[in-house]
Amino acid sequence: MSRRTNSIVPVHLALAAGAVLVLAPIIWTVAAGFRTQISLLMGDVLFTPIWSNFSEVLWSKTSDFLLNYRNSIIVGLVSTVLCVVVATLAAFSLNRMRWPGWVVHLFLAWTMIFHMIPPVALASAWFSMARAVGLENTFTGLILAHATLNLPMAIWLMAVFVRDVPKELEEAAIMDGADTPHILWYVILPLITPGLAATSILTFIFSWNEFAVALTLTMKQTATVPVAIAKFAQDFEIQYTQMAASAALAMVPAILVLLVAQRYIVKGLTQGAVK
Amino acid sequence: MTAANAQIQRPLRRSTNPAEDGGQRLWRWLTFGPALAMMVALSALPIANLFLTSFQNVTWADGQQVRTWVGLAHYKALFSDSLFGAGISNTLIFAFGAVAGQMILGFAMALLCTKITRGRVLYRAIFILPILIPGIVIGAIWKLMLNYDFGLVNKALSLLGIMPHDWLGTPETALLSVIAVDIWHWTPFCFLLFLAGLESLPQDVFEAAEMDGAGPWQELVYVTLPLMIPTIIVTFAFRLVLAFKVFDEVYLLTSGGPGTATEVISFTLYQRFFTEDKAGYGSAMSVAVIFLVSLLLVVALSARRRTGATS
Repeated sequence: MSRRTNSIVPVHLALAAGAVLVLAPIIWTVAAGFRTQISLLMGDVLFTPIWSNFSEVLWSKTSDFLLNYRNSIIVGLVSTVLCVVVATLAAFSLNRMRWPGWVVHLFLAWTMIFHMIPPVALASAWFSMARAVGLENTFTGLILAHATLNLPMAIWLMAVFVRDVPKELEEAAIMDGADTPHILWYVILPLITPGLAATSILTFIFSWNEFAVALTLTMKQTATVPVAIAKFAQDFEIQYTQMAASAALAMVPAILVLLVAQRYIVKGLTQGAVK
Repeated sequence: MTAANAQIQRPLRRSTNPAEDGGQRLWRWLTFGPALAMMVALSALPIANLFLTSFQNVTWADGQQVRTWVGLAHYKALFSDSLFGAGISNTLIFAFGAVAGQMILGFAMALLCTKITRGRVLYRAIFILPILIPGIVIGAIWKLMLNYDFGLVNKALSLLGIMPHDWLGTPETALLSVIAVDIWHWTPFCFLLFLAGLESLPQDVFEAAEMDGAGPWQELVYVTLPLMIPTIIVTFAFRLVLAFKVFDEVYLLTSGGPGTATEVISFTLYQRFFTEDKAGYGSAMSVAVIFLVSLLLVVALSARRRTGATS
């Protein structure tokens, strides 16, 4: 027993060091949002926290951050609903309907290649198309783009969850005279709600985090949070403390997800990658 | 019901109950149709358009698009484009360097995590955080951390008596710094996959190894690593492909500079297409990148098949 406790202490120390390395930059940045520019530049260890950076970012007349935040929420929510509904139907169809094998394989192979294309290459393709049909600088364009971007991951995830539903339940329902929409709604859906939660959360987070496509498909009024932060950091004179404050605000969904739905996220991330 | 049974029943059912089969076919298309339509309209068509544009010059006159056919000229120009060359080589260095670092660190952390029982969930929660934060915010965080005058990195080094260094502004360390930021960003992802893999390994093999008198090091080299090879390959392929897409962090941290020190392929592409508005040439570069990525996928998949990794 004593040998065990002795060997466990360095393990805990190493893990704690890792945790500090992960947390310190985040905490330091959030703290920078509560400082004055001078205090940050001077590198004072102790400082009196101030709210002015946050209020400047949020409420100032020249700042669009609240608008950006609203845009990100709209684009994230709508594209997530669209993506997850389409992906769930497709996962059900590819798993449980009689499709010829080549259709399934060709479709999945294409989604895989699509998933690997750099977003900037896709952004250039979408930009040309959006300009041709007049969807540039609209929410519709960005929502469609984000839903498509996350569709491969959502389909693979939902396919795993649908596959794990016992076939016998479905067969029993068919015996009782249920048709496809009944099976989907009353048999499959209740059993895959954890999977739906994991997929929805991940899809929303990825839409919230997406930068390259949002940068190219939006303008001032439709810009999302990452685009706004990039603008903060690239203005001729960088306002470091305001950049830190806006970065802190942009991390809110990630921290909420971590507190509320960590279990689902781990499941989603590992299954999405490995299976 | 076996597959053979289903094969036999299929024509029978179709002939005995045509109404039900018609309904079945309708629902088949209703459920798969939306996904198919989205993928065709928003991925196949735009990429086909990209391919077409790569043989053309696109200019604007009186708000009207003018396309002129230039054949393979853009592709030929790619070969003499020094930025494209720098982009490819920097991306390769970045991707392999960052992924190697992430895998080693992630594996070590996952291994340590399996040694403890209390606090595992807490560590896992902390380590996931960087994956969930927007890439552009990661860039902002490290722009502050690596700042020459007040960054925490230089502060910490000065405590150790090391002179402050302009990490992002010096050509020799700029790419290294971006690699370090990416390692910080994505090690948790490797950690998660490795932890999931380690937790699902059969316990009796380890007990047997212990009975045979294997030490911790022997256990790692002869038992754990061989058993983990499938997970390691999947993680490597997954991370490598993602690393080739790097854009957000570079855009914010260095914008490809100083000089071409951190010019990664996504950034070159962005500049050519959007900053310089060369749609035709940018499209050719996109097609070249898509081709390279597909090649990488084929190599990765064949490697996975050869080792018999299935999960």
